[in-house]
Amino acid sequence: MSSKIEEALATGFRINPLNRAAAPSPRNLSGPLSAEISAALASSPGGEVRVQSVDVNVPLLEKNDILAERNRGYFLGRGLLALNIVSSPGSGKTTLLERTLDEFGLEERCAVLVGDLETDNDGRRLNRPHAAVAQITTGTVCHLDAAMIARAAEEIDLDGVRVLFIENVGNLVCPASFDLGEQVRVVLLSCTEGEDKPLKYPPIFKSANLVLLTKTDIAEALGFDRALAVENIRRIAPQAQVIEVSSRNGEGVPAWYEFLRARLPRRR
Amino acid sequence: MESALAIVSREAASHGAARVERVTLRVGAISGVEPEALRFAFEALSPGTVAEGAQLDIDLVPARAHCAECDKDFTIESGFLFECPVCRAFSGDVRSGRELDLARLEFSTPTTPDHVLQN
Repeated sequence: MSSKIEEALATGFRINPLNRAAAPSPRNLSGPLSAEISAALASSPGGEVRVQSVDVNVPLLEKNDILAERNRGYFLGRGLLALNIVSSPGSGKTTLLERTLDEFGLEERCAVLVGDLETDNDGRRLNRPHAAVAQITTGTVCHLDAAMIARAAEEIDLDGVRVLFIENVGNLVCPASFDLGEQVRVVLLSCTEGEDKPLKYPPIFKSANLVLLTKTDIAEALGFDRALAVENIRRIAPQAQVIEVSSRNGEGVPAWYEFLRARLPRRR
Repeated sequence: MESALAIVSREAASHGAARVERVTLRVGAISGVEPEALRFAFEALSPGTVAEGAQLDIDLVPARAHCAECDKDFTIESGFLFECPVCRAFSGDVRSGRELDLARLEFSTPTTPDHVLQN
């Protein structure tokens, strides 16, 4: 460090502008100098340091966002509807998809990419001769990302497929931040979870195009207040359509299929 | 934070900078990112990179939503209930607050004055 700077720091001087004080600057000119700059100052009598401030403005999830846009273009180009299905573990994603493949899947060709940390249990549950299914095991990763989807989409035959369901890892937090290139994001809230889930985990509900209130067949036994749950969803996610469904007794399932039909891209 | 540091390295290289003095991130109020967690990650991951020792600034962007009833934007003071302060309607039309960007970088390159080179 140069002796002048050391001297200034040692004296602990104060500056008290009496008039025409400079507006507070976002730059902290008096902060400690980095070791390299101090060394450069000390070694060069001219003491010149070139400082460059550059506006970068790059989104931090840039890489995922670019890959997601590429996926989206790819899916649209193939004329298929891609849905990202997210919820807590155990709220009925796989059960809903089983029924959907058995009914809607006979009407329109479907494919499924399903993510879990470990096991291919869900992939095996969803395995149907008429639908391509790939299991993505993420290891320790708590969400799917666009790169995983790009790789998995290459691994299954998408010829003639009109609807691609992407069953995300059961998690109500992280998947909210990762665009997979889907056209529609579906968030499930099951009656076993409590009416205030949307208030407790707002970001994921905020990002939903459709919220499915699932397991309505057992709502009464649980003392679950469906109207309150729907009210909470509407407060947090006014942009989302809400359908109450039971994959077991079929309530609301036709409305879910109608939702899918209405969003199918034009046949190529 | 790893992707932030990757972008920092890339930008530093493209500007021929040896060192990054300051990294400014722009973080929206509803981006789902905790500034304290970002600071922790920066301190944990920046050593050994071109950003080692740089100051991390975080510009917080308030969340704003648009009310369709009033045709006006309003600021969301806190939480995730986007209720118009005028007509009390709930809005899902978020106009800002989701940002998570690398906003600005400050590089410094010590330059050697001519008279030193002549010696």
